[in-house]
Amino acid sequence: MKRLLLVILLAVIALPAFAVSPSEILGDPVLEARAREISGELRCLVCQNQSIDMSDADLAHDLRVLVRERLTAGDSNQQVLDYIVARYGEFVLLTPVFALHTVMLWIAAPAFLLIGIGLAILGNRRNRGRLATGELSAEEAAALERLTAGTDAPQ
Amino acid sequence: MSIELGHFALILAFGIASVSAVVGYVFWRGSERVTHYLQQGAVLQFILVAGAFAALIQAFVSSDFSLSLAFENSHSLQPLLYKITSVWGNHEGSMVLWILILVGFGAAVALFGRNLPRDLLSLVIATQSLLVAAFGGFTLFTSNPFARLSPAPFEGRDLNPILQDMGLAVHPPLLYAGYVGFSICFSFAIAALISGRIDAAWARWVRPWTMLSWTFLTLGIAMGSYWAYYELGWGGWWFWDPVENASFMPWLAGTALLHSALVMEKRNALKIWTVFLSIITFSLSLLGTFLVRSGVLTSVHTFASDPTRGLVILSLLAAFIGGAFILFAIRASALRTGGLFAPVSREGALILNNLFLATATGAVLIGTLYPLLLEALTGTVISVGAPFFNLTFAALMTPLLLLMPLGPFLAWKRADLVAVTQRLAFAAGLAILAAITLFSLSGSPISLAPLGLALGFWVAFGAIAELIDRAKLGRVPPMESVRRLMGLPRSAFSTALAHFGIGVTVLGIVATSAWENERIIAMQVGETTTIGDFSVEFAEFADAPGPNYSSENGHFIVTDQRAGTRDVVAERRTYVASSMQTTEASIETYGFSQLYVQLGESAADGTHIVRLWFKPYITLIWLGAIIMAAAGALSLTDRRYRIGAPQRRARHAAEPEAAE
Repeated sequence: MKRLLLVILLAVIALPAFAVSPSEILGDPVLEARAREISGELRCLVCQNQSIDMSDADLAHDLRVLVRERLTAGDSNQQVLDYIVARYGEFVLLTPVFALHTVMLWIAAPAFLLIGIGLAILGNRRNRGRLATGELSAEEAAALERLTAGTDAPQ
Repeated sequence: MSIELGHFALILAFGIASVSAVVGYVFWRGSERVTHYLQQGAVLQFILVAGAFAALIQAFVSSDFSLSLAFENSHSLQPLLYKITSVWGNHEGSMVLWILILVGFGAAVALFGRNLPRDLLSLVIATQSLLVAAFGGFTLFTSNPFARLSPAPFEGRDLNPILQDMGLAVHPPLLYAGYVGFSICFSFAIAALISGRIDAAWARWVRPWTMLSWTFLTLGIAMGSYWAYYELGWGGWWFWDPVENASFMPWLAGTALLHSALVMEKRNALKIWTVFLSIITFSLSLLGTFLVRSGVLTSVHTFASDPTRGLVILSLLAAFIGGAFILFAIRASALRTGGLFAPVSREGALILNNLFLATATGAVLIGTLYPLLLEALTGTVISVGAPFFNLTFAALMTPLLLLMPLGPFLAWKRADLVAVTQRLAFAAGLAILAAITLFSLSGSPISLAPLGLALGFWVAFGAIAELIDRAKLGRVPPMESVRRLMGLPRSAFSTALAHFGIGVTVLGIVATSAWENERIIAMQVGETTTIGDFSVEFAEFADAPGPNYSSENGHFIVTDQRAGTRDVVAERRTYVASSMQTTEASIETYGFSQLYVQLGESAADGTHIVRLWFKPYITLIWLGAIIMAAAGALSLTDRRYRIGAPQRRARHAAEPEAAE
């Protein structure tokens, strides 16, 4: 609901011109497919977290046309992106670049995972330490008996 | 008059909550009378807030525009349902709904928690009351929903048109029930840290509340996704928008909590982590409700537009989350770790589950907040959008989904991975076969799709395989299998069902991402176009008046060789009061797939832009979520949750339900 509210807010700022229109679509399906792919990577600047591919705003329309112009002129996908970034700044990229100021963002997930694995290993080692020194409780002794007796542990 | 009564009721609830919080924290070791007072206070808070909420509804239904909130958000021509839902289609009213659900859960604990140890119950109610006092105070002092206008305006300004939908009746209440339900886990965690009472029994009390909230949140998110899908008019169902992320993070953390609490309940291990997750999950819920609302997430600048509200929210968040973590830091070391286990065991599998879910939560959190922090610290603005999240999330979920079917097969303490792999080999083979079959039937070019499909089938079949294995189907006489199946505890079915639901959702996501078909075309009335196997004729274009909007209708005749011919209507509405436009796409369901027809703008030459999408198997995405929620509900009916007194079950090795 809240997201809808935001979307509306933006819709009010930029009155409907609607997402991709037939007039924008390129005749060459391969180029058009590339245009759609690039559009999905570019942020509509006046919108709330929408790509220009799905945005209704006029500016998004202009950018979609621009992308198609560059592609028709023979640019590669990366050249088109660079061209747009040079004009509108890094903010238009929905996938942030990998650079010094985004390094924390990119390594966050792998770092969390590694820290987690490290903690789990540490916990396991502490467990084993206790296993080695501690006396078996009655419960554990029973479990051991079950295991050594060859009967399947209960599901 | 009733509005003032409602206002007064909310003030009174705020007062009772404040007193309860103080009394609870000071006298939690005290006599039975303290606990009784707190229990009654909790029920009274609920009655009072319900009264306040009823007063708001009454004012909206009777279109009393002397109530400022009704003037801003309602209109006398709105249908009755939308007059009611208008109450929470705005900040102030939704705060009252939030508090209503909060006191509802508080009263439920007070009523159903009679079997809890007295000190624990007192502390839980005290913490709930503190939340009510804080957020009730926030509502009363910064977002008063009961403000009057004099003279009363003649007509209201109408509810935002996109919100005039069934979705508003269902989505926010479900989502809030999910968010707020986790407050119980939070309160239990605080109570455990203060009292030092934390053991397997604690996990058993917390798990049903977690399950209940998780079920609501699952439904709430799925409903919101479906609402966005049909209302926003381009058929997207998930956007990795900050507000969506805000609801998704508590879901991920809550899912992790469900699993870690299981380890704690069965094996008395992972205690510190479970308490930590309880705090995190509700903190993320608070973040979801309030950080988003404060406008901070949208941009640092909108935050400044209403500094008081935003600042109060941030201080409240800091106080609750910070306070909880300080308490955690001081007390957590006092918690002794419990049962031992080998790395390859049910416990080990559940730890892996938590590892991936917690990492995913962290990744979504960082991705959502990073642009904000970067802008605040360096002034550089970047975007972190759907492509980034898709990449990160897929990378984290793939190993989780691959390992998921193994989990329920592993024995507690120590398990034999080779034996488990053998028992799952059939499901794996079947999954690969199903993926290849489906993919070759689709006749589409080589892509990653079959791998995704195989993953979905693997998860779904693996879940069923667990039940089949436990029933020893094919290894014992059929009647014996049936008897075994009937003898399984409900939690076994709910685990299988929930995992099956995940598989179904994955299948829907993969299929619709890989095979979606789109056609954007300018059409004149009478023209026919095709998309996939469908032929779509634009039959008629007509004006149609609605109660508080005018509408343009496009009639289409959709013909499919197998399903025959259907008449569908796609609409464009212009709302009278706000002159805002919305699209009401036509969505026709064929099996699990849908044909999405959207009527776009009209051109001067008499053509209309029509956008058509064929979305194969897209309904599986939400169907899977509904299956997961059903699994949650099924688990709640498990007899073992209703047993009041927490006793460790006597261990009988032969009993098939000794663990799940």
